[in-house]
Amino acid sequence: MSIIEAQHVIKRFDRFTAVDDISFTVERGEFFALLGPNGAGKTSTIRMIYGFSPLTSGRMKIFGLDIGADWRKIRSRLGVCQQENTLDPDLTVAQNLIIYSRYFEMDRSVARRRAEELLEFFALTGKRDAKVMELSGGLAKRLQLARALMAEPELLILDEPTTGLDPQSRHQVWDRLFELKKRGLSMVLTTHYMDEAENLCDRLVIMDHGRIIAEGRPHDLIIKHAAESVIEIDGPSEELRNYVKNHAVEHDDLGERLIIYAEPRGELESQVREKFCVESCRFRAGNLEDVFLRLTGRGLRE
Amino acid sequence: MNRLKRTDITLRFRHIWVRNLITYHRIWKVNFLVPLLEPGFYILAFGLGFSGLVGRVNYAGMQLEYTRFMAPALVATACMWNSFFETTYTSFVRMYYQKTFDGILATPVSVEEVIIAEIVWAASKAMAAVAVMLTVLIPLGYANFPGALLCIPLAFLGGLAFASIGMFFTGLIPTIDMFNLPIFLFITPMFLFSGTFFPVSGIPDWAGIFSLVFPLYHLVELTRFLCIGAMESRPLFNLAYLLLFIMVFGRLALGTMKRRLIK
Ligand SMILES: Nc1ncnc2c1ncn2[C@@H]1O[C@H](COP(=O)(O)OP(=O)(O)OP(=O)(O)O)[C@@H](O)[C@H]1O
Ligand SMILES: [Mg+2]
Repeated sequence: MSIIEAQHVIKRFDRFTAVDDISFTVERGEFFALLGPNGAGKTSTIRMIYGFSPLTSGRMKIFGLDIGADWRKIRSRLGVCQQENTLDPDLTVAQNLIIYSRYFEMDRSVARRRAEELLEFFALTGKRDAKVMELSGGLAKRLQLARALMAEPELLILDEPTTGLDPQSRHQVWDRLFELKKRGLSMVLTTHYMDEAENLCDRLVIMDHGRIIAEGRPHDLIIKHAAESVIEIDGPSEELRNYVKNHAVEHDDLGERLIIYAEPRGELESQVREKFCVESCRFRAGNLEDVFLRLTGRGLRE
Repeated sequence: MNRLKRTDITLRFRHIWVRNLITYHRIWKVNFLVPLLEPGFYILAFGLGFSGLVGRVNYAGMQLEYTRFMAPALVATACMWNSFFETTYTSFVRMYYQKTFDGILATPVSVEEVIIAEIVWAASKAMAAVAVMLTVLIPLGYANFPGALLCIPLAFLGGLAFASIGMFFTGLIPTIDMFNLPIFLFITPMFLFSGTFFPVSGIPDWAGIFSLVFPLYHLVELTRFLCIGAMESRPLFNLAYLLLFIMVFGRLALGTMKRRLIK
């Protein structure tokens, strides 16, 4: 049985359609990512998963239960780390965890033990009596993650858990998420960091304008929509442009820069290397960011 | 849209009540200073400065000293301010700026429970304030002992009424400074024309009718009855009005707040 089953889900705000008929499933133990540009509908989708927003139409089943009818049972088995900081600024770090556990009606002694474990796990023990208002962004995010894990959820939902964090904090969060994944926790993640999604998740969907435009494993998507090997050439010559056109080479012409999608160590790669790489050429592996930009375009979103 | 399912309202709301108590606990000493000192200030001010002007008040066939007439009204208005402020400004901050409700709504707690917890908490706070005031008013002889102790549970009931209408406004108001409007249009006239500073029987009938609409009028009458044993109204009628008010505005508050919180 799938842990999440979304069928033809639509979410409208007045006349604006934020989520436009999407269907996907997430299996138990899977680390699943929802990617997409700003306003793609990721948060709207996540809010429907945990029953915060009602669906305009379609069906959403979590743990095989309907979110409309069984929201309370479902939420008691979920942990949610929301995009905005929803920590309680009036409470201390430890109180935030304990009070949260009350909403789940957890046993008090279990909750206390669990809170200490999580403070330890997220390296927050030294801050246990600090006020939430005094925490830096990274600490606050870690506390929000700890809070989401208080009730020992079967499914963890993470809406941009690393946005605004410095590289150290991000790596620390990744380590923790990786560890949780090893323990078999199912997770749904949204992020704007493509390396994060590529490294952490098993499978992902890319959304744009409320629709799913691609779905698959990160590596498969790279092969399908970009290439295993990528050559970036700054200030491409007319010659190169013609060569690329005549040989029907998979490429993107950005004016100042040309990106060629090739096979690693293939014929094309060596040709380009010999003929056109006099000045600046970069050879690198294709990544999820290439996929993302190719599918959602390079223009700015509102 | 505002279907109410019985399963959406359970005693789980008490955990939010506890949350509010814990945050309040940190500042309770300051908070209790107000109800402790306020009646003293008023009685001093009105007793010294005002009673020379008005002499005695004709109320329910009795000749009352002005401060004795007014003291019970202080209790009722404190109940109003405490509960109304809690579900307006304080709840608005929790909802809008602190996103506390958004956090709670990711747990097995319903929107209805969040709203009810806020209202019940506000009423509890009003009840605590009234209890503190009585510790001053009873020894000074402004409230009968032990009858006036019933003002404490009564304050909870009155608190529910003001908290409900406050929560109703919180569900409607776009920005926090707009609370000036319901305060100016509703709270201020109610504060002045509910038999607080002068008996409603002393003003023309057409104006007295308006007083009947105000929940504060009913609370003042009941409080005065419990404090000095005299009233111009009928207690059961006052109680029934307060209950009706709670039911109507409790329902309306659930409606406006749900519309605001559920996106
Ligand atoms: N409560 C709301 N009322 C009206 N429109 C909304 C509401 N919430 C979201 N939207 C709109 O729905 C669209 C999708 O928003 P959503 O928050 O799901 O995007 P997102 O993919 O999470 O974006 P981001 O990466 O910026 O977090 C946006 O255009 C947003 O303006
Ligand atoms: Mg978002």
